[in-house]
Amino acid sequence: MSREMTGAEIVVTALKEQGVDTVFGYPGGAVLPIYDAIFQQNDIKHILVRHEQGATHAAEGYARATGKPGVVLVTSGPGATNAVTGMTDALMDSIPMIVLSGQVPTFMIGNDAFQEADTVGITRPCSKHNWLVKDTDELAETIHQAFHIATSGRPGPVLIDIPKDVQFASAPYKTKAKAPTTHYKPQVKGDLAEITRAVEAFEQAERPIIYSGGGVINSGVAASQLLRELVAGSNAPITSTLMGLGAYPASGDNWLGMLGMHGTVEANLAMHGCDFMLCVGARFDDRITGRTDAFSPDSFKVHMDIDPSSINKIIHVDVPIIGDIGHILEDFLKVWKSRGRKTKSAAIKKWWSQIEEWQATKCLDFKNSDTIIKPQHALQRLEALTKNMDRYITTEVGQHQMWAAQYLNFDDPHRFMTSGGLGTMGYGLPASVGVQVAHPESLVINIAGDASFLMNMQEMGTAVQFNLPVKQFILNNERLGMVRQWQQLLHGERYSQSWSEALPDFVKLAEAFGGKGILVDDPADLDEAIKEMLAYDGPVILDCVVEKHENCFPMIPSGKAHNEMILCDEETADAIDAAGKTRV
Amino acid sequence: MTLHLKKGSSRKSAYDLKNPLDEQIETHTLAVLVDNEAGVLARVIGLFSGRGYNIESLTVAETDPEGHRSRITIVTTGTPAVIEQIKAQLGLIIPVYRVNDLTVEGPSVEREMALLKVAGQGDKRVEAMRLADIFRANVVDSTLESFVFEITGTPEKIDAFTDLMHPLGLTDIARTGVAAMARGA
Repeated sequence: MSREMTGAEIVVTALKEQGVDTVFGYPGGAVLPIYDAIFQQNDIKHILVRHEQGATHAAEGYARATGKPGVVLVTSGPGATNAVTGMTDALMDSIPMIVLSGQVPTFMIGNDAFQEADTVGITRPCSKHNWLVKDTDELAETIHQAFHIATSGRPGPVLIDIPKDVQFASAPYKTKAKAPTTHYKPQVKGDLAEITRAVEAFEQAERPIIYSGGGVINSGVAASQLLRELVAGSNAPITSTLMGLGAYPASGDNWLGMLGMHGTVEANLAMHGCDFMLCVGARFDDRITGRTDAFSPDSFKVHMDIDPSSINKIIHVDVPIIGDIGHILEDFLKVWKSRGRKTKSAAIKKWWSQIEEWQATKCLDFKNSDTIIKPQHALQRLEALTKNMDRYITTEVGQHQMWAAQYLNFDDPHRFMTSGGLGTMGYGLPASVGVQVAHPESLVINIAGDASFLMNMQEMGTAVQFNLPVKQFILNNERLGMVRQWQQLLHGERYSQSWSEALPDFVKLAEAFGGKGILVDDPADLDEAIKEMLAYDGPVILDCVVEKHENCFPMIPSGKAHNEMILCDEETADAIDAAGKTRV
Repeated sequence: MTLHLKKGSSRKSAYDLKNPLDEQIETHTLAVLVDNEAGVLARVIGLFSGRGYNIESLTVAETDPEGHRSRITIVTTGTPAVIEQIKAQLGLIIPVYRVNDLTVEGPSVEREMALLKVAGQGDKRVEAMRLADIFRANVVDSTLESFVFEITGTPEKIDAFTDLMHPLGLTDIARTGVAAMARGA
């Protein structure tokens, strides 16, 4: 017979049993009993954020840098509603996250009590699943089920809403082993017949491409290894989505760079021109496909995905394989090897010479300047000065994010955290906090824009309080750069509300928080400034003042196909037609 | 900078591809077995409204009180691709045990029940009663000026009966939505 404990003690005990070492949270009236239980133990570290949205993004950063679920603790009402953005972000990017929210006592629910919100109602569409626990007796099993659901299948955020009286009341603790399980058991092994069909097509491919995504990273490090083995064994070119960067090393011989709206010419044209596409843990997002009816029109498509609803959602595929990427790749390799590792190597060689022609356009080249720092140059220098370090990169959302994906190289999975699906400005700083908590000795850099940084800049306080030496690398163009770029291309250069007036002095801002601030605006001083940032043992804001009107290229204009990229400002006139303007 | 797009790109034009929007709209009846827990119906309905799918009819009640299972019968319309998406998305909802597409999984029976209040006197009242007989509707309430008819059948049969009752003094109608089941053992 297990010992009786209060609901609050059950929460802490269950978290410990699930292997949680860190919780990101913010206290309030409806979670005080849980905070009291946290106060009376030392196994779980609580990181006090400055805003609940920060807690969710920090938990996302922690999850993506470790492969473990991130845990968030917030109070009722505004505490929970502030967590909604981060939960939606985690849902879109398949990040395992457990959000524990306080709720008003059960007898007050529905009375419009102080700090009451219908949290399960509000978070239903932005969680994989959620629960309102009305009985302390069910609390432990609900938490165990929540971890199971958040981390298995396609990972995602879950929320447990816990009324205050449930936290105070007592019940026996149920261990993970004793807790009833749910029927939720997603398929992990791929169908062998389908895998064999895929291998047969792969063997016949003359112009193959592998298009990998975040599913490879979510599956674990073994999946990345298998992917590398497949690429090396077949000599197939490989590209990746934003979410999948690092699964195959950027320094690898077969790497074409990222694909999609701001992908490389070689990646996008290879996608368009291939005769065989192997989509590994990606979901044909609209940033990837461009115009869907003109997407890779001539290819045999194989789609490996753990989520059955991703199959044929956007692009019709010839062979769908549902399961965990690691398991599928293992079987795929096994079948392919047992059949003699066949490839059309001569044809693939010819395919490569075509690709090399595309690579020769050097689409990431840009006009550098001696007088003003180009954002691409700043990232190239950052890459050069940090590439051999134990480095993690987070980003905010916008031009700087795409430049980071283009100009920084990722050779390992779990090294790049960015808000892909939801595109959440304000993600990067709190995410860098979460990554640094998980890896205290590593270098953690947030590539930011001036506007994005301001969205959650309060988390500098968290970084300072917990001695987290995160580096904030702000590419400051005093603009909402991507908005400005679209206004230039789509809205007749009418720059409505897209410049940042009254920006703070970022150096003073850093100092006000208790960190270090560095300003650099001369290309000649850039390297020194980066080195100074890297050398400082504590949070740093590097305010890197860059060219204000630089555009992010290559770009597939909205409503266009992969072979209709624009590469430079000269090609932007009338690049987007009326139909394209309606798209985002 | 110029690109040489011809090499390696497609033989046939992408613009010849079939527009998915041209596809036929189909009506499907789905039987969804769920845990009868708080909010489960909201999850299902929220999926349809959030993703812009149609609900023609929806029926739900607990069918296994011991196992706390409910059966939701949904009649929905969409292109074949949309119907496939609906089924896949329903399958992702954690309390959903099973999704059966009765329209494609073999023959099935569909029934709906409706109550119709028809108010009138004289010939109209007689005619309403006569038609009710033809449609095998039962009278479940009667006053000197009104009947309440109970009718069970396919949605089309109920539509037909409703159309006939309109000129005869139909004042109120309540329909249950479709309950459906596969034929055979």
